[in-house]
Amino acid sequence: MRKVAIVGIGHTIFGNLSKFDLVDIMSFASANALDDADIRKDRKIIEQVFVANMGGGILNHQTGIASSLVSRIDLEPAMAELVENGPASGASAIKVGFAAIASGMVDVVMITGGELMRTVTGWQGTDFVATLLHPEAEYNYELTLPAFGGMFARMYMERYGLKEEELAMVAVKDHENGAKNPYAHVQIPCTMEGIYGSENAHIVNNLIADPLRLYGMCPVSDGAASLILCAVDSPKMKYFKKKEPIMISGIGSATDTHCVHHRKDPLELKAVRLGAEKAYAMAGLTPKDISFAELHDPFIILELAISEEVGFWGRGKSKEAIAKGVTRIDGKLPINTSGGLKAKGHPVGATGVSQVFELTKQLRGEAEKGRQVKSPKHGLAVNFGGFGNNVVTIICSKE
Amino acid sequence: MIVDELEKKLRPPEMELKPYPPKVIILTSGEKMVVREVKREETGVLLETIYPLMGVMEDFYDIVAVRMYSEVLGWYRYRVANEFIIVGAIDDVIAGIVTSRCVDENIGMSLHTLTVKRGLRIGAQLFAAKMEHHLEFLDQKEVWIVAESPIGFRRWMIEYGLKNAGDCYPEIHHELGGVPTHILTKEIYDAVRDEKVTGTRPVDPEVLATADTLKAPDEYPQIPGFKRSKS
Repeated sequence: MRKVAIVGIGHTIFGNLSKFDLVDIMSFASANALDDADIRKDRKIIEQVFVANMGGGILNHQTGIASSLVSRIDLEPAMAELVENGPASGASAIKVGFAAIASGMVDVVMITGGELMRTVTGWQGTDFVATLLHPEAEYNYELTLPAFGGMFARMYMERYGLKEEELAMVAVKDHENGAKNPYAHVQIPCTMEGIYGSENAHIVNNLIADPLRLYGMCPVSDGAASLILCAVDSPKMKYFKKKEPIMISGIGSATDTHCVHHRKDPLELKAVRLGAEKAYAMAGLTPKDISFAELHDPFIILELAISEEVGFWGRGKSKEAIAKGVTRIDGKLPINTSGGLKAKGHPVGATGVSQVFELTKQLRGEAEKGRQVKSPKHGLAVNFGGFGNNVVTIICSKE
Repeated sequence: MIVDELEKKLRPPEMELKPYPPKVIILTSGEKMVVREVKREETGVLLETIYPLMGVMEDFYDIVAVRMYSEVLGWYRYRVANEFIIVGAIDDVIAGIVTSRCVDENIGMSLHTLTVKRGLRIGAQLFAAKMEHHLEFLDQKEVWIVAESPIGFRRWMIEYGLKNAGDCYPEIHHELGGVPTHILTKEIYDAVRDEKVTGTRPVDPEVLATADTLKAPDEYPQIPGFKRSKS
């Protein structure tokens, strides 16, 4: 299998971009990646574009998005396809792009993920995401992803003794990172007193899906992110001299039952564990080798549960890591250095690409002041689709 | 000020309104926001705060700012009856403003809510304070409300579960533009109060002093690059 490097990265700010259309924002991120890779003039060396998007058809009444993007940024006659895998669309598109290069089919690929969710109301957005649930066994009972997040959190708290205060500590840590990330949707730090300790906290940090509060949930965001990948053995690597190439060293994905109630233990995120194991095996690494991680946390409880499933510590032990500051930016294993979905935002199709954008930025040493991990070697990203029924893990490494 | 006879005829009859007791809210950022009624002599800083937002089309800031400017000016010049204005201030700087008035002793007419500092649900807290004043301190029976932006509609009509009085037009109609009027009854308010209204009273004098001299913000998240000149 050929080695594949990330040679260009691009990103829009996440937030309310509803004055633009979906392909506009994807174009912004793609152009940003072309500039980062220094191939704007030579952009036609890109042979294939994979677009990650979940809701263009439903939210924006737009299909054929991949070919539209290629045309908008003048990349014809590059091949173009859409990858849809729910909120894990971004990492799935990276996986497909990786495979296209590793197989020898192409040398240079662009992957752009984007979502425009704020063109509809909040509850319509929640309803749209809920279309990934089982239509009869879940959706018809008006279950939503926040509802699953709440139930999961409650069960986890009862089993492992996690306290609301400890959940709030995760949010404070994520917002501290998000406040320093110029691409984050919410660049405002929060404090323990503000979201948990004060007598006003129960209202300013209001309940959304018991026990999860406003600061336990990601915002609804628009945004896009883009990567350019190249085969390391390709002569086309000569175009990419401006920035340090970052290697995709491991990719793994797995699925679990569509219905959560079909799982023996709803707290066991089997697809996360299996996907991570495959990625570690491919990279020849173990959890101990990972310098930092971006973990899919639309509900902060998932940052804790996923950190356990990928083997950073045992089940129910993440609260100790949080309490000791292990996952802070200056800790032993920083998690969600970008602010995570919690503070950075979660434009679903863009999220997986944005996570790998962050891994690349950190590994290059380009993160903003105050949120650069010290001398990272390997970063891990988990992009979580459905309620854990389709999960992709990616490990990136310095060469 | 000498009020001549003609000016007296131009002024509306006024009810005596009880004052709104100040409170402090700790925001999620940890900042302390003092919520208090403004005094007439503070009109200048209110207008100064509102003015730059008149040109911001996004999220309907323009229409809200223009209307609120006239409401504040109307209050200052005695052209609106029974109006009150509440601000939220963080370290003296105005973070949001709400305007409202009483039609009579039973009915309140909510005018506008304008948030300058965003992302901390300041608008939601100030709107709640306005309702608190109408229904608790002024002891009114109901407040008539309209929304001029989708954010307002979500925050008030949906989150409070307001009663839609659109079918009762023209008997019940809000003063702003004839769009469907919604009503916050005392019953609805009592049902949602504990989820919507917060704030600590009495306010520590030292904290209250942080809102003594109101200042207009130097920057606006709605207007990238805006810097207030220090003349």
